[in-house]
Amino acid sequence: MNPRLTLATAGRVLAQVRHDRRTVGLLLVVPCVLLGLLAWIYDNTPLFDRIGAPLLGMFPFLVMFLVTSIATLRERQSGTLERLLALPLAKADLVAGYALAFGALATVQAVVAATFSVYVLGLDVAGSAGLLVVIAVVDCLLGTALGLFLSAFAATEFQAVQFLPAFVLPQFLLCGLLVPRDQLPDVLRWVSDVLPLSYAVDAMHTVTVRADGTGDVLGDLGIILGFVVVLVGAGAATLRRRTA
Amino acid sequence: MMNNSPGAGPAIRIEGLHVVRGGRAVLPGLSLQVPRGQVVGLLGPSGCGKTTLMRAIVGVQKVAGGTVEVLGLPAGSRPLRHRIGYVTQAPSVYADLSVRENLAYFARIVGVRGAAVDAEVGRVLDAVALADHAGHRVGRLSGGQLSRVSLAAALVGTPELLVLDEPTVGLDPVLRRDLWAIFRRLATAGATLLVSSHVMDEAVRCDRLLLMRAGRMLADDTLAGVLEATGAPDPEQAFLTLVDRAEAAAAAGTATAQEVSA
Repeated sequence: MNPRLTLATAGRVLAQVRHDRRTVGLLLVVPCVLLGLLAWIYDNTPLFDRIGAPLLGMFPFLVMFLVTSIATLRERQSGTLERLLALPLAKADLVAGYALAFGALATVQAVVAATFSVYVLGLDVAGSAGLLVVIAVVDCLLGTALGLFLSAFAATEFQAVQFLPAFVLPQFLLCGLLVPRDQLPDVLRWVSDVLPLSYAVDAMHTVTVRADGTGDVLGDLGIILGFVVVLVGAGAATLRRRTA
Repeated sequence: MMNNSPGAGPAIRIEGLHVVRGGRAVLPGLSLQVPRGQVVGLLGPSGCGKTTLMRAIVGVQKVAGGTVEVLGLPAGSRPLRHRIGYVTQAPSVYADLSVRENLAYFARIVGVRGAAVDAEVGRVLDAVALADHAGHRVGRLSGGQLSRVSLAAALVGTPELLVLDEPTVGLDPVLRRDLWAIFRRLATAGATLLVSSHVMDEAVRCDRLLLMRAGRMLADDTLAGVLEATGAPDPEQAFLTLVDRAEAAAAAGTATAQEVSA
């Protein structure tokens, strides 16, 4: 790996996104609109405070998952991946470059969405609002890593888009948002224990209801980052310089 | 051989290359040599295995057997990635970036740093006569401009060997002539070029020809040599003559085999 090549790749990916102003706009505005809608739906109930924060972590995760899946698939299909693999670029440089670029985008998105939720929508956070942003950024990284990894198994855009209901919705159903995880049937609870999104929701929940939960949150973040590292590594391993 | 310097020996040496794709032997045992500093044309009909052969030379093709040596090193070895420029058949550049951004990225990947990046981008833009379009988005360029951007992206870092997969196909005659002039200049500057095409007319532009059909080499010679050996008036006729001869030889071989088994 070579940090200069990683940064060059991240810069190139960001330049591609920058040229696509509508995507940048959607990335920043859509989570805010959805959270605003949610706050409106649950107006005068305590429910927004309960599920607002977990969703604040979920939207960036979803968006980044989709953007990354499509971006890497495009790289495979356009022939640029084949060109890059014939050049002195380590596979890890390519994957890390993507993770870095989308991580930077994710940070901006998380800051905007969290600021909007806390200051405009009045989301009640018992813990630190800064930690809320950190969790959202880590969730974005998780979405990026999962998208990078799964895109290796998608031959077409249609398949890549189908991976959202196939691999993300089950995590959404089991992450504790619909039914608290300790009330799930045993088997489903065990499954939810090995799904990364569960820890994202746990962390968001902790930071909103407990002022003293930083330790627990950091534990959850550690687990999520572990998933990120494994998925990015596996994503790099699925890239083959020599193909049939 | 006069000396043992890495500059000596052929640019590409292939012996018994065997490639299987989808259960079919696309290259059932191929041997050839490409000398340094020449423009070598790899000619043959669509689907004869040209791209597979080029991918094997660049080191991105899974091979089942044989030796592929490039610039004295096994194909695909790490030091070669700085020394080979590869242009895939479809223009493989980023459509959503400008010409300059594309070239600057590929320049950084081959190790050009800092202020030298701009100079290198300017140099390859001049080489393919695209300096006027440096700021244009690649996705908005014409087909000919697009293939020149893809070529320019392979020229950054001045590779010793250029592997170009059908770079002139589908382009107008003026553009094709211009591209061949670029290839000639690169070879004069010391590079080795392997250029594939399914248009036999392009044979006249090459120093040497590799005529290929159904995964086998029909000829590895100069154009003059091929014409003399076949008595044909032009490359296309020469190719057809070689195909007929190969088929006749194969038929005779089959007949002999049948007689033996009978």
